[in-house]
Amino acid sequence: MSQQAILEIEKEIIEDFALFDSWEDKYEYIIDLGKKLPVLDEEHKIADNKIKGCQSTVWLVAAYEDGRVFFKADSDAVIVKGLVSMLIKVLSGHRPEEILEAKLDFIREIGMMTHLAQTRSNGLLSMIKQMKNYALAYQTLQGLENK
Amino acid sequence: MTQIDSISLDLDLQAIRSQFPILSRTINDKPLVYLDNAATSQKPRCVIDTLSDYYGRYNANIHRGIHTLAEEATLAYEATRFTAQEFIGAASAEEIIFSRGTTEGINLVAYTWGRQHISAGDEILISGMEHHSNIVPWQILCQEKNAVLKVIPVTDEGELSMEVYKSLLSEKTKLVSIVQVSNALGTVNPVKEMIDAAHAVGAKVLVDGAQSAVHLDIDVQDLDCDFFAFSGHKVYAPTGIGVLYGKKELLESMPVFHGGGEMIKEVSFEETTYNDLPYKYEAGTPNIADTIALKTALDFIQNIGKATIRKHENELLAYATTQLESIPGLRIIGKAKEKVSLVSFVVKGIHPQDIGILLDNLGIAVRTGHHCTQPLMKRFGIPGTVRASFAMYNTKEEIDILIAGMHKSIKMLS
Ligand SMILES: Cc1ncc(COP(=O)(O)O)c(C=O)c1O
Repeated sequence: MSQQAILEIEKEIIEDFALFDSWEDKYEYIIDLGKKLPVLDEEHKIADNKIKGCQSTVWLVAAYEDGRVFFKADSDAVIVKGLVSMLIKVLSGHRPEEILEAKLDFIREIGMMTHLAQTRSNGLLSMIKQMKNYALAYQTLQGLENK
Repeated sequence: MTQIDSISLDLDLQAIRSQFPILSRTINDKPLVYLDNAATSQKPRCVIDTLSDYYGRYNANIHRGIHTLAEEATLAYEATRFTAQEFIGAASAEEIIFSRGTTEGINLVAYTWGRQHISAGDEILISGMEHHSNIVPWQILCQEKNAVLKVIPVTDEGELSMEVYKSLLSEKTKLVSIVQVSNALGTVNPVKEMIDAAHAVGAKVLVDGAQSAVHLDIDVQDLDCDFFAFSGHKVYAPTGIGVLYGKKELLESMPVFHGGGEMIKEVSFEETTYNDLPYKYEAGTPNIADTIALKTALDFIQNIGKATIRKHENELLAYATTQLESIPGLRIIGKAKEKVSLVSFVVKGIHPQDIGILLDNLGIAVRTGHHCTQPLMKRFGIPGTVRASFAMYNTKEEIDILIAGMHKSIKMLS
């Protein structure tokens, strides 16, 4: 399966959201995504994988296979989990450099930027940083191996 | 209160609401329903006007200039001290120290009285429902002095166990620092009884009045508390101004806090003598505008009357409690016999944050989370609650909107 570029996936999400004409539809879709995201095995829900927000918690695990980074995540709040699910859809399975370059403009485009604001304190912003940190770490590792 | 009260209260309510400009705002095209008053209350027009009047007409530094502006500003600033004195029933205006808010007031006591009087092995008693700002300063002090922080447990109802409290008191207890009204549960604690018991073992008592000052009649002399702290922004005044009350003899014997201008009598490189109360604790140019506006806010409350406000708020509390309890799966956290107009709750299987986000889309502002009381949330085994807190301007119709919003949110989330 050839990997769709990050920007293309973002574009699809933006197009999906353009179809919703009420906030209810939008949030019902996100809640649905949250519910459908497979729960993370309890063994992964450890302090090391925890991204603590002020209110809700996100757990994030990463794996590196064949030059690509794969993410799995979970949250105790379902709307955050829905947003987490979208981030995974966009970023998981890509090369470290692609992940590092991703601007993730779709979040603004679909009107979910407020959820990244400091005030929401839900760990989502920290999650994006952590995803990029993983990408950077794997990139560095790759560089060392290639030497 | 008379029989015609229910009618006149309705009329008053519209008049009161019209004095708060923000209440006519819309959020996401819906009328704002502001139910986060325990975090901060909205400001009446008169408070907002006081600020612009000060900056537009008589802004000057106080206590030092001899020109007209300085004199007007100084008089207005000092007038607030008398109003605050009356508001909490202090014996003298010197006992009123202006602070940034409750947090700074508590820290002032911890860093001055605390450092002077707490030594190794001493005990400081707080309760399991304290706000972080009445936990952390004492923790810092105890660490520094090798003292012991003890905690009065909270019952399932959300009350303090008086029996356990009394058993924790001993001659080792040097300070009891307790919240009069819990910001997370709404519980009104029997502080008078607690203060008497503490004094019996020779301990001093600080009362955190951040939540109580706006709802209850406060009489620090009747309570006989040694310190009382509250925040302006929760009593319809601006942010950045608060009051610390302390008994005069205590304040006089305590070491100074911040050093600087205003708080001195004479300064030389060898020695400095300090100013009298209350200026001893007000170093530097204070928050003049907000202090002046605090008077406007306190007058505003007193003109309506705390009893009238309390009656209305109690009706809102009773109505909200009944309505919320009718929602399947909803559990109220904090069922104390005596509460202020604040309801904290959780819904089975739903994270409070999810409810908060959906309610916001409906124009309803509630607080979700741990309310800066993490140990209390742990005690109840929950990550947080949804909290609706009511002020004088809230209406039953707004509670109906909240209930409808809750039904809608739960449906979307289930
Ligand atoms: C019970 C209680 N104590 C202390 C505080 C701290 O007040 P401030 O942040 O105004 O200093 C609050 C504010 O939320 C409170 O509710």
